Amino acid sequence: MPPFTRGFHGRPRRPDVDPARVPPGQYVVEDFPVLSAGPTPRTPIDQWSFTIQGAVDAAQTWTWEELNALPQETFTVDIHCVTKWTKLGTAWTGVSVDTLLEGVGTEAEYVSVHADGGYTTNLPLEDLSDGKAWIAHTFDGEPLEPAHGGPARLVVPHLYFWKSAKWVRGLTLTVDDEPGFWELAGYNNYGDPWREQRYWGD
Amino acid sequence: MVDETAHARTLALDVPGWPGHHAGQHLDVRLTAEDGYQAERSYSIASAPEDARVALTIERIDDGEVSPYLAGDVVVGDAFEIRGPIGGHFTWRASDGGPVLLVGGGSGLVPLMAMLRHRARAGSRADARLLVSARTVDDLLYRDELERLASAMDGLSITTTLTRGTPDGWKGHGRRVDAAMLGEVGPAASAAPKVFVCGPTPFVEAVADELVALGHGAAAIHTERFGPTGG
Repeated sequence: MPPFTRGFHGRPRRPDVDPARVPPGQYVVEDFPVLSAGPTPRTPIDQWSFTIQGAVDAAQTWTWEELNALPQETFTVDIHCVTKWTKLGTAWTGVSVDTLLEGVGTEAEYVSVHADGGYTTNLPLEDLSDGKAWIAHTFDGEPLEPAHGGPARLVVPHLYFWKSAKWVRGLTLTVDDEPGFWELAGYNNYGDPWREQRYWGD
Repeated sequence: MVDETAHARTLALDVPGWPGHHAGQHLDVRLTAEDGYQAERSYSIASAPEDARVALTIERIDDGEVSPYLAGDVVVGDAFEIRGPIGGHFTWRASDGGPVLLVGGGSGLVPLMAMLRHRARAGSRADARLLVSARTVDDLLYRDELERLASAMDGLSITTTLTRGTPDGWKGHGRRVDAAMLGEVGPAASAAPKVFVCGPTPFVEAVADELVALGHGAAAIHTERFGPTGG
């Protein structure tokens, strides 16, 4: 325990928040902050597609209509941003990454996620499978707004939210781990909020 | 400690072992209450890398948890934990050269000020244009220092706009940042400036959209958004 900060008391503890749902160093927000490294891309859905490629038997691409024709899941999760905010009970609708990976043959163990605007982020393939990740297009029952990653973003709620790439356009399966945009800019390669893996060396 | 405005204060920190930073980076502050409760927030660094102390300019958010303490209660001699520097994207070094366009809304000026202070301390004459938006003249951060920097005639131009009324004799603009203002401040997209935009989310969203519409490459536009929003 570090020495306490003279005169700092913090906000009254919120009885409505279950502390077991808030990772260390996080605070709960009611709004939905926006963080992006550049301008918000706006891709019309008739020009949008999603591709799984790289170290796979055959690349696969879905159009917007094809993605929406797949089985849809609505899920409610807590999300945690490395900039310290946590938003509890966010409700999304989208396609499980498991659904997209059905029929994809690969020996790869890593994924490089790519998105409009040139953003990339990397994570182990196992962190996208077995019900842990979705391509989401609906937030709180409404189409996902561009500032929050619409028309579609990856949602990987068990990792810091920069892994949940906005404006997602595909997954490149890779044999070797390939650090992405923030991972090359000082942020942790994995990003587990419960272990406070914020930055290099955490 | 320097009170910059009625709502913002600069803290100059002595940081043993500070490894140095690049202009535009931020650091994390962690406060610990007597009962062990902790709160952490990120703040942009306002000082140049060349400065001996690490300066933060903190705007008080009335219903905030950390900023009212740092911008109000803290006194000289108090200590708290920091971590940094953090961030490798929203940075400018004198060796990067120009042209560079900086657009700041409110306390979004802070990391841009670190870049201008670095530019001055490093003796850079890179073509640099700063466009600052504030609500009123009393909300303008670093006003006297910006006037001094602009008067050096070394390639820096500064344009200010106020969105909630202008005082008599005001020479700047009196409206929200728009395409015409960005075009006038320049440099033109054809000059391919590095662009840094920082401010509240709606401000950054609007300015970045205008810059894209003016032909600036999305990859050249670096953004930092902050504050509450519904997005």
